[in-house]
Amino acid sequence: MIGIEHYLVVSSILFVMGVLGIFLNRKNVIIILMAIELILLAVNINLVAFSVFLGDLTGQIFAMFVLTVAAGEAAIGLAILVIYFRGRGTIAVDDVNRMKG
Amino acid sequence: MELTASLSLVRSEIILSFSALALLLLAAWMDQAGRLISILAVAALGAAAAFTASSLGSGASASAFDGLMVNDAFGNFSKLLIYIAAAVSLTIAPRFLEKAGAMRAEYPVLIVLSCIGMGIMVSATDLISLYIGLELQSLSAYVLASFVRSDGRSAEAGLKYFVLGGLASGMLLFGASLVYGFAGSTSFAAIGLAMDKEVGLGLIFGIVFILSGLAFKISAAPFHMWTPDVYEGAPTPVTAFFASAPKVAAIALLMRIVLEAFGSQVLVWQQIIIAVALMSIIIGAVGAIGQQNLKRLMAYSSINNVGFILIGLATGTEQGIAAMLVYLTIYVAMTLGGFVCLMQLKDKDGTYREEFADIAGLSKTRPALAAAFAIFMFSLAGIPPLFGFWGKLVVFNAAVAAGLLPLAVIGIAASVIGAFYYLKVVKVMYFDDAADVIAESDDKVLVWTGGILAAANSPLGYFAIPVLGVWTAVAAKALF
Repeated sequence: MIGIEHYLVVSSILFVMGVLGIFLNRKNVIIILMAIELILLAVNINLVAFSVFLGDLTGQIFAMFVLTVAAGEAAIGLAILVIYFRGRGTIAVDDVNRMKG
Repeated sequence: MELTASLSLVRSEIILSFSALALLLLAAWMDQAGRLISILAVAALGAAAAFTASSLGSGASASAFDGLMVNDAFGNFSKLLIYIAAAVSLTIAPRFLEKAGAMRAEYPVLIVLSCIGMGIMVSATDLISLYIGLELQSLSAYVLASFVRSDGRSAEAGLKYFVLGGLASGMLLFGASLVYGFAGSTSFAAIGLAMDKEVGLGLIFGIVFILSGLAFKISAAPFHMWTPDVYEGAPTPVTAFFASAPKVAAIALLMRIVLEAFGSQVLVWQQIIIAVALMSIIIGAVGAIGQQNLKRLMAYSSINNVGFILIGLATGTEQGIAAMLVYLTIYVAMTLGGFVCLMQLKDKDGTYREEFADIAGLSKTRPALAAAFAIFMFSLAGIPPLFGFWGKLVVFNAAVAAGLLPLAVIGIAASVIGAFYYLKVVKVMYFDDAADVIAESDDKVLVWTGGILAAANSPLGYFAIPVLGVWTAVAAKALF
């Protein structure tokens, strides 16, 4: 029998992978965008699993909101990335260092 | 009936939503009308502020949309502060953005959209409405940070803000999903009821994630690392906006969720808030010492001030919350004033300067500007008789009354360390040899805004205490 713990373990692994993807990745900003997406999907798994186990629809509605906002967030992230690329000609993470402190 | 009643409770958000859409349409027809649209946006913010101000003194509270949002004194007070701060950052912007070739009509529209999001944030009583408000505010802010497209620093600031802001939203959401699962509801009131009985490990994890996500948004240590870079890179009027309105909104949101949803288990979150407050105060004070860029200095100053504000929350008492609101109001006036002064630092070619070396001996060449800047710096350092002192006094008073004596002592000690760099600014302006790079300011709007804010921070500000005291007390009562 698959219980709520199994879903929580999967979503926690995805979440941690997303966070590590942001901090360990040294190559490409696009990968960071994918990592943020991964975090939001981990949250969605959580929400839907809880919703089913609680017998309460709110979690699924919340998940729909998260999906919608994630789409907007990805669009804005890519737009900022395009502006950045136009100015600098690179999207390598190590080069995002004009300001230091 | 239910719907019309709810809609009338969120009228300030509705006014702003319609104006934002109308202004966007107008911008599509007249693409060079950035200034006109700015003026119209300020008018819209003024209308929304008038609606919220009308119900400010009353303690009435009404729930809208089946408990998704609430219209109460606390929300109205925060909204008023947010709208005023946003209107100021709209008013001071045109010259700066025109110089950078970026006075486009999207700037006022984005600020108005961000204000709608902040209005939803401060009146949200459900995790879903909280998330929607927060994202509406953040998504507009990411675009604002990278608004000057031709400037590489602005684009880099936007990118950094986006990545770390996205991570913060993700952490907040992960926490929200855990709280929803273990408390069985997304409504603050229902979470509060569920937490009355017992707090399991799942809920504690959820609370920690939510608090870390919000600490990112208010730039409290240890989640402050994005602040100096974003503040330096973003265009100065946008930085002024970031340092004021979104900070008020995120702190108000933090207060509401901590007290309404987790209020029954003070011990669970109190230690976290105390640790975050102390770290912010110390890192804000120490980190600023070596900075050469004045915008970075203001960034550390805002981290430092957030720490002092959080001391009020750590008390968890009504007095502490009222003190926080007083401090927030004064903080907004101080920090906006600081940025207005920064924006007047232009050399003879019209290039904006922002380094320590540029303000050397400013008192000899531009005495009025130097005096105003000195008032803001002394006020930020909390030196009496300036108004900033009053904010620190009420916060520490609340901490002592709640029995958090060690916290108050460490806070006061760190504020002495913090005074070092505020005084350094004054020393460089008044006692160093004149560098004479800053030209006479030709922007009357900046001069007047700076003058008004300086007057508010001077001892004249104490005349506002009776009114401010009543409003903050009523607002704080709404949370208990």
